[in-house]
Amino acid sequence: MPEYTLKVNNKLRTFNVEADTPLLWVLRDELNLVGTKYGCGIGQCGACTVHLNGIAIRSCSFPITDVIDQEITTIEGLSENADHPLQEAWIELDVPQCGYCQSGQIMTAAAFLKDNPAPSVVDIRNAMHGNICRCAAYNRIEKAVALAATKS
Amino acid sequence: MQPKEAKQQSKRNFLKTSLLAGGGLLMGLNFLGTSCAKSAEMPKSIDDLDFQSFNAYLKIADNNTVSIYAPNPEIGQGVKTSMPMIIAEELDIPWENVIVVQAGLNSEYKRQVAGGSQSIRLGWKNLRKAGATAKLMLLTAAANKWNIPVEECVAKQGVITNKKGDSIKYGDVVNEAALLEIPKKAPLKKVEDFTLIGKGIKNVDVEKIVKGESLFGLDYQYDGMKYAMLQRPPFGAKLASFDATDAKKIKGVLTVVSFDDKVAVVAENTWAAMKGKEALKVEWKEIKKEESTAYHNKMMLAAFDKKGVEPMQSNGNFNVAVKNADKVIEQLYEAPFLPHNCMEPLNFFAHVTKNKILLVGPTQTPKNAAKMVAENLGRKEEEVEVQMTRMGGGFGRRLNTDFAEEAAYVSNLSSYPVKVIFTREDDMTSGVYRPSVKYKIKATIKGGELTGYTIHEAVINRGMWKGISKYFPNGAIDNYEVRSSAIECDTTIGWWRAPVTNFLGFAQESFLDDIATELKKDPIQFRLSLLEKAKGKKGIPYSPKRLQGVIKLVAEKGNWGKTEAGVYQGFAAYFSHNSYIAEIADIIIENNKPVVKKVTVAVDCGILINKSGAKNQIEGSVIDGIGHALYGNLEVKDGVAQVNNFDQYQLIRMKDTPIVSTHFIESTENPSGLGEPGLPPASVAVANAYKKATGKRITKQPMIKEIIT
Repeated sequence: MPEYTLKVNNKLRTFNVEADTPLLWVLRDELNLVGTKYGCGIGQCGACTVHLNGIAIRSCSFPITDVIDQEITTIEGLSENADHPLQEAWIELDVPQCGYCQSGQIMTAAAFLKDNPAPSVVDIRNAMHGNICRCAAYNRIEKAVALAATKS
Repeated sequence: MQPKEAKQQSKRNFLKTSLLAGGGLLMGLNFLGTSCAKSAEMPKSIDDLDFQSFNAYLKIADNNTVSIYAPNPEIGQGVKTSMPMIIAEELDIPWENVIVVQAGLNSEYKRQVAGGSQSIRLGWKNLRKAGATAKLMLLTAAANKWNIPVEECVAKQGVITNKKGDSIKYGDVVNEAALLEIPKKAPLKKVEDFTLIGKGIKNVDVEKIVKGESLFGLDYQYDGMKYAMLQRPPFGAKLASFDATDAKKIKGVLTVVSFDDKVAVVAENTWAAMKGKEALKVEWKEIKKEESTAYHNKMMLAAFDKKGVEPMQSNGNFNVAVKNADKVIEQLYEAPFLPHNCMEPLNFFAHVTKNKILLVGPTQTPKNAAKMVAENLGRKEEEVEVQMTRMGGGFGRRLNTDFAEEAAYVSNLSSYPVKVIFTREDDMTSGVYRPSVKYKIKATIKGGELTGYTIHEAVINRGMWKGISKYFPNGAIDNYEVRSSAIECDTTIGWWRAPVTNFLGFAQESFLDDIATELKKDPIQFRLSLLEKAKGKKGIPYSPKRLQGVIKLVAEKGNWGKTEAGVYQGFAAYFSHNSYIAEIADIIIENNKPVVKKVTVAVDCGILINKSGAKNQIEGSVIDGIGHALYGNLEVKDGVAQVNNFDQYQLIRMKDTPIVSTHFIESTENPSGLGEPGLPPASVAVANAYKKATGKRITKQPMIKEIIT
């Protein structure tokens, strides 16, 4: 199997996988970064959202060969001590129910707030529409994104 | 889902003591009256602390840290936080001192099941007792130290004081306290003295969740672990043959095994297992044409026309009510299969070895998983250890044990420690659906009153008529009958959030709304007057008064009847899973479709344990209920589900969600659960609002299909 190097959360990581392996499974199985979740495998649910050069992408839909030499940020690298305004807002508002989709939600929101630091409710709803929360904790997700916007 | 174990609560508790290697005494307060199991492993970070165990639920260290075991599986319903809160309340310690540890399967706990919204209701008494007996032991130790009667000592927030003004921390008497005999009885706090219960306490895992730490079954790692994916037969079909040649050519694929008409590919990593599974060539035989939605529907409708279906419950005489009626109203309600679609696809880890079977993963019923695996592999249940991970949703799907059994089979056949993983497609097509169900309801009206009511259920595989008679309007109508016809099929069904009531509530509350319209009565006043009639009636498990309470509260909080132009309100109330819920949906119509803007909810779940978690459950269950009623639809053809991923199966998303406003009744009644009861009235409140807006009654789910066509 070929060897690849990836810059993940500001660290160079080297691993051997097949060329068609999606970034999601490299992160989870090879690099033990399990905060990025598998939900659907076809880019529909957003549970696997990470940042590629600062842009939110679905890691399930990017073969590793498409992302080498680029910068990946996962939930584990979003902040040093869970102190990103979104993480703090998520804790303050006690957002999660099962919690499984939440790292994907936070990664989507983080990229969104960078582009739109003062969003309206409609902006937030549009931005977060691509991420499914099966527990439907949507009211709190919406509030937490709004709260984080006031703090970042 | 029935509280079978409830009667065991009255069993006398045993005492058991055994010597710890460390010199202290481990006191096992045994709530089940069976032998004391060894205490579970503590996490490494608190390993250094010198804990004394007081019972199966809690340990206290000399630095005043209290470790509380969360006995029940956590699927997002919040019991990993709320159950320890109850113990901490009675123990009377600052919540900041508490470390919550997820327990594994352990016979000392009463009912390690996440199902039926029962964890809090059935755990309440024992959880309080666990905290209270430990507190009394600490008080006694302090009293002995001060040489005064225990009655003169008071415990508060981890500190014991006496009248002379002495004070001592729990940690300072913990070693002496743990040596004492466990009291048979300990005083419980008065409800008005609660300081923790009723507060909004954050989910104990929230920080780990937002950091992306390993918590879930899919995150679990084990030395030498391999990954397996399976091809499973269509419903009712059998395995004819398979060819694994191509699968074995995939790099990383280790072996292919078969059991139980299934074929499993074992690989070094998830991706190789996925590709290996795709490369398998599998032939099925005995594919059944009748395992199709069209045929299922035909059979269910035929059940209503069948002559001589005897009522399973009958009050009064419905036939006489029909004869005397001014009018008879009849309506058919229909619902499809629904997959659970837990966000974390099904998975489980198993390591089957000569002496032991280790099972780790997301299960709502660890005991059943152990039992089934032992049975399948011809092993003893005592050889099976089950550890529970946090679950990425459950919704009833993980009350089945098929995925844990598969993991054990594959590990047994391949000799590897193996995690079986379902793809989303596997998860959605693997069955165990909310049963497709139809209800035919008929009512008689005489002199402006509802005089008779009969409901006939036709359901795939499981007749749930016993559930029907538990619920309102039973008790409120003199002539009342229930019939049920189960259609046997190979498409598998199971518990789906708010079993029975998830659609029964929709049918019954839609029907009552139309009856109110027919009688020209306000829907809320009509329900209140029906409930007045139910008061004092025997054989109904709900309190008409408490149901009236939430109806009145929601009418006030939801501004019933006082809407802006273009906003239409719908109302529904339901008692289910031991809690009382009333909801008002405010909708507008956009492009001929309903847009739900707001849902106001009034809740009576007895004593509220965790306000934050409880609100989260209500918000989630309301939106979940509306989403599935609007969009959820799974059809079957020749034994195969016709949708398999989120591009074909619509789940509710943020733009479609209403704001949910939740109001609790203040109560001193024993608490009941909240995982399910918010769901049944939600979609019907929307349907009733849609009727008000358009005059059109929606009788079929998915609602959006009815609205568009």
